Amino acid sequence: MLGRTANDLFWLSRYVERAENMARLIEAGYRIALLPRVGEDGKQEWASTLESAGCAEQYHARHGTLDTRSVVDFLLFDVSNPSSIHACIDTARRNARAQRTALTREMWESINGSWLEFQSLRPDTLRSDALPRILDWIKERSAAYRGAMLNTILRNDTFFFSQLGTFLERADNTARILDVKYYVLLPSTTMIGSGVDNVQWEAILRSVSAHRSYRWVYKDSYRSWRIADYLILNRAMPRSLRACYSEIDKALDDLSSLYGEQKPCLATAKQILSILDKEDIDAIFQSGLHEFLLDFIARNNRGAHEISEAYHFSS
Amino acid sequence: MEQIRAAELTPSFDEMNGFGQGIREPYAAVSEWLNSTRIEELRKKSAEAELLFRRTGITFAVYGDAESAERLIPFDMIPRIIAAAEWRRLTAGIEQRVKALNAFMYDIYHRQEIIKAGRIPAELVIQNSAFVPEMIGVEPALGIYAHIIGIDLVRTSENEFYVLEDNTRTPSGVSYMLENRETMMHMFPHLFAENRVAPVETYPDNLRKTLESVAPERLQSDPVIAVLTPGLYNSAYFEHAFLADQMGVELVEAPDLVVMDGVLNMKTTQGLTRVDVLYRRVDDDFLDPLTFNPDSVLGVPGLFDVYRAGNVTIVNAPGTGIADDKAIYSYIPEIIEFYMGRPPILKNVPTYNCRKPDALRYVLDNMQELVVKEVHGSGGYGMLVGPSATRDEVEAFRTRVKARPENYIAQPTLALSTCPTLVEEGIAPRHLDLRPFVLIGDEVRLVPGGLTRVALRKGSLVVNSSQGGGTKDTWVLQD
Repeated sequence: MLGRTANDLFWLSRYVERAENMARLIEAGYRIALLPRVGEDGKQEWASTLESAGCAEQYHARHGTLDTRSVVDFLLFDVSNPSSIHACIDTARRNARAQRTALTREMWESINGSWLEFQSLRPDTLRSDALPRILDWIKERSAAYRGAMLNTILRNDTFFFSQLGTFLERADNTARILDVKYYVLLPSTTMIGSGVDNVQWEAILRSVSAHRSYRWVYKDSYRSWRIADYLILNRAMPRSLRACYSEIDKALDDLSSLYGEQKPCLATAKQILSILDKEDIDAIFQSGLHEFLLDFIARNNRGAHEISEAYHFSS
Repeated sequence: MEQIRAAELTPSFDEMNGFGQGIREPYAAVSEWLNSTRIEELRKKSAEAELLFRRTGITFAVYGDAESAERLIPFDMIPRIIAAAEWRRLTAGIEQRVKALNAFMYDIYHRQEIIKAGRIPAELVIQNSAFVPEMIGVEPALGIYAHIIGIDLVRTSENEFYVLEDNTRTPSGVSYMLENRETMMHMFPHLFAENRVAPVETYPDNLRKTLESVAPERLQSDPVIAVLTPGLYNSAYFEHAFLADQMGVELVEAPDLVVMDGVLNMKTTQGLTRVDVLYRRVDDDFLDPLTFNPDSVLGVPGLFDVYRAGNVTIVNAPGTGIADDKAIYSYIPEIIEFYMGRPPILKNVPTYNCRKPDALRYVLDNMQELVVKEVHGSGGYGMLVGPSATRDEVEAFRTRVKARPENYIAQPTLALSTCPTLVEEGIAPRHLDLRPFVLIGDEVRLVPGGLTRVALRKGSLVVNSSQGGGTKDTWVLQD
């Protein structure tokens, strides 16, 4: 496989995943913005949404105020924001088109179909009640793409690089959501069980679509450490850091045996995995949740960089 | 095609109705289908087909990179049908022609016997900008230069076909031949049950076999093949990706390639991998900046040296443009006679080389009925279409031809055949041509079919997609 192909497949998956994550983030933010409360809190919520999405700076460079319409427009439609859903879909489709030969027909038609349909949306004519429908549609299209991939792709390097893109992006996303909101999870700064916390905690869970599954797993009302445990260490939760890293580890193992060679990125992934296995949530809180997350994000980035080096993404 | 845009002089032969003496036999079943289907139904199907093409991404890019500039080539659902016996005749003629063209290229890049024999003027070859001196003495695998040729044919009556052009550089359109068939079979399976249509889907397999057969000789293992594309924004990008995919080979761009230790390599996830056969869809000028175009940043530095040393096969070879040059075209019948020892089976459009005094006299006397072209002009520039030109234009051209006769050729205005086509006004006859794709390797391979291009504007003889032309599925019937 060409190095360029591996690079495009990796980023194609990352952008599909990013579009989906962005849809969840907007959904969670929008829900809080709808709650009857003081205006400033709503702004605060959008500020942290932008922070989680990693594009707060760019937003403030072009918008003066933090109002729902501007934020949603910026995150959903603004192509000058490389992480907006529109930009993600454009980039994903461009990568797919550049690698048509590596994709199955089903994968290509799925991504091309999403792109064509998104092109036909006219943001200026959208009524606000269309937003939930669009966000649902985006999650659905992302799921359709992954479904097409899982059902049709050959289990060779095409698949492994696609998996790496998806789960590195997902791990980064979950870690950033937690980090932006880590303070609401700290027991010392809040009155436990207060209404505000519940709303915040639920927002965190919603932004990774885990507010219902939480109940099934913990059979209890929201507790900050359990939420952190769920999103960081729980193996069953498909968006947890631990779950992402079993997929990353597996893809890198498969790549190593396919190519008959182990690269440094594999060691990095195994190390991250062993950290996630050894830690328990109390220890993480004790040594600092924020520090833990910052360290994880840095390691995750290093892993991605090592993968691109090891497999000649750009040469 | 642009030379024959003129108004129609004579009634055209219709593929379905001939000259009006009833439905021609190959069209019997399709004619019945058209008669029994309501026009609204056809239009609905037509819209469905368009959606299908868009979803699959069968587009061609219009230059300038916005993705919104991806266009569809209009697809017409009424097929163009060729009877088995007609196809046999065409096949024989095409085979003869492509063999002669390759023999001609081998000769002019080696001993130049045809020039020594006085059958073709030396300066026509040597001073031709399409002649590539760097190719002199190069020994391509199996002695083949043009491995893929698209021959543009037009028909003027029941038994008259003419070759309008031999595309010996990087002919395109074969993906439309294949996708048009896919679409037709998907939408109208019953038509294929009622007609014995020869399959075309063996093309990618034939292409692969052809490419493998011309791999450098000393290979121990299976040859590694790659398709070289200028990239995403090239107008034929879809086709490049399509063919690579259908053959199961890598689609590469120049930056993916590097010459090292005298061989061509592609940069893979596991380091460098050797490439043995490069099916390139880029022009000569963008192959190797060290040899062909020093100003270009595109291409693979050193590629030509690897080629000369016989360590990679470039398909088609550099320098094949000499075989489809306009000035050479009128000599093709002589070229065929010279190398094949027999008269050509397929006719050229009669061409008057104004360098010859007889021809010049005829052209000057009949200018208002002819298409007159500059030898090195293209894209419709420097040309006169007699029947649709004014008196003054004809006179002005007469002066120019008299001043530099060797610079001009002339051809009669042909009445291209038509085929029923779904257009705004309903089903109406539209002019068309035919481009079969021939593969030349260890053997000559020709899939029964080709690309039929149709001029969608009434009376127009211009079938080019850039001029609003469309395509049709092309059926070759089996006995």
